Amino acid sequence: MSAESNQFAVAAPSPASPESPAGAVSIRDLGHNFGELKAIERLDLEVPAHGVLGLVGPSGCGKSTLLELISGLQEPSQGTIEIGGACAAASRLARCAFMPQRDLLLPWLSAVDNAALALRNGGMRRRPAREQAGRLFDRFGLAGFERSHPAELSGGMRQRVAFLRTLIAGKPVLALDEPFASLDAITRAEMQGWLAAALEADPRTVVLVSHDVEEALYLSDRVAVLSARPTRVVEELSAPAPRAPDRDAAVTAPEFVAARERAMAALHRGSR
Amino acid sequence: MNRWLLPILLLAALIGAWQIAASSGALADLLGLESFLVPSPAEIAEALWESRSLLAENAWVTLQEVLLGFLIGLAIGLGFAFLLRPFQALRLSFYPLIVASQAIPILVFAPIFVVWFGFGIGPKLAIVALVCFFPITVATIDGLRSVDPETSKMMRTLDASRRQMLWRVEAPTSLPSFFSGARIAAVLAPIGAVFGEWAGADSGLGHMILQDNAQLETARVFAAAFLLSVIALALYGLLALAERRIVTWR
Repeated sequence: MSAESNQFAVAAPSPASPESPAGAVSIRDLGHNFGELKAIERLDLEVPAHGVLGLVGPSGCGKSTLLELISGLQEPSQGTIEIGGACAAASRLARCAFMPQRDLLLPWLSAVDNAALALRNGGMRRRPAREQAGRLFDRFGLAGFERSHPAELSGGMRQRVAFLRTLIAGKPVLALDEPFASLDAITRAEMQGWLAAALEADPRTVVLVSHDVEEALYLSDRVAVLSARPTRVVEELSAPAPRAPDRDAAVTAPEFVAARERAMAALHRGSR
Repeated sequence: MNRWLLPILLLAALIGAWQIAASSGALADLLGLESFLVPSPAEIAEALWESRSLLAENAWVTLQEVLLGFLIGLAIGLGFAFLLRPFQALRLSFYPLIVASQAIPILVFAPIFVVWFGFGIGPKLAIVALVCFFPITVATIDGLRSVDPETSKMMRTLDASRRQMLWRVEAPTSLPSFFSGARIAAVLAPIGAVFGEWAGADSGLGHMILQDNAQLETARVFAAAFLLSVIALALYGLLALAERRIVTWR
């Protein structure tokens, strides 16, 4: 037990750990079927360690399935997904933390206990787990809300606790499934700036699914536009100013607008 | 205060109507009975007061049967739920037996239990436990299974083991269902105790009802029945209170 908790203590997000954990994601010739239905076909994607890859595509195109495959919740029907060179589902599960669309905070646990779930699952005792998770509450703009229950938190705060929970798991790869889809426009813009800062302080390899092209282009280094089912990559483009400190200026810059136009055009092509 | 006003008014109106119908003899006439067979609330209250020590003695016996039997049923019910939940094969093979145990009338079990467990509190506990465990098992299993599949996935990527999944997610998720089952069991428990006493007992409210009914002490039968419902209400209320203290997130 104590060995496990030590491992988590080391792996937990101390600001920018110098040697990066093996977090590169490599997807080759990926195919996935649900019975007769072809969900994903011949998909190739690469994310370097500490890179952020955005995935946008028409709704129902299998983005969430793709994330579940990457996180090791499912094995693909065809092809390989490697994280840091290992491709079995169990080793992907060990290296990838998944943040679902809804915050899914456990309503009977306080914010800090929700955030510390991975530490507790790793065998750490309640008190040190709370202390370790609690230290990050300040940085995440959650100071003073450690003991609050999810029902007492605003949507943005709940999403931050959910992100903290994912981060504290200490895994090199984060799979984020439309993390801010449930928030209103202003809170969402705030949360994007906040996530950019969080990744600046504590870099991870991120695969980010979004239905919002602007969000994906702002947060990612590269954006892959996916087609309707069976899912394949229509176009991959580089973001002009990934996670720029001044979000409002970045998203109105001409290069950003041009990239957005291109992504939208690709999205239309892929939806047909 | 407003919350209590309507229930109290309704109760008062019912008792008032009953009082008028019974004391005027209208109810007895309607049923074609002698008026002493159709007691009014005032007469029942009188019987309650006059036989207070006898009723209290017997109510204490029944209360013990109800509480202990309920606790045994609770333990068995939870045991079944937690045992059967993870193993589908086990669940599918035990479920029909559990359902069958409820389909057989208690009146059939009661005399057998007297033969098995003797004349004392044993058979009463067995019957109360038998009627109580079922709603608790069914409700708790449903509760344990109602976990959001997305939450299970989230917990898996946070490295939760089966055990951690059970205690950190499934068990708390099942609590509201468990309490629903327990509240149903609470009102069934006194009925079980009465049937147990009918099969063979020398004390208890059920035993008293049987004797008083034979001696046409109708008012005291009603008084004993009143105490039975007080026991059921108290147990139900206690559980509702516990639920409100424990399930704070609903």
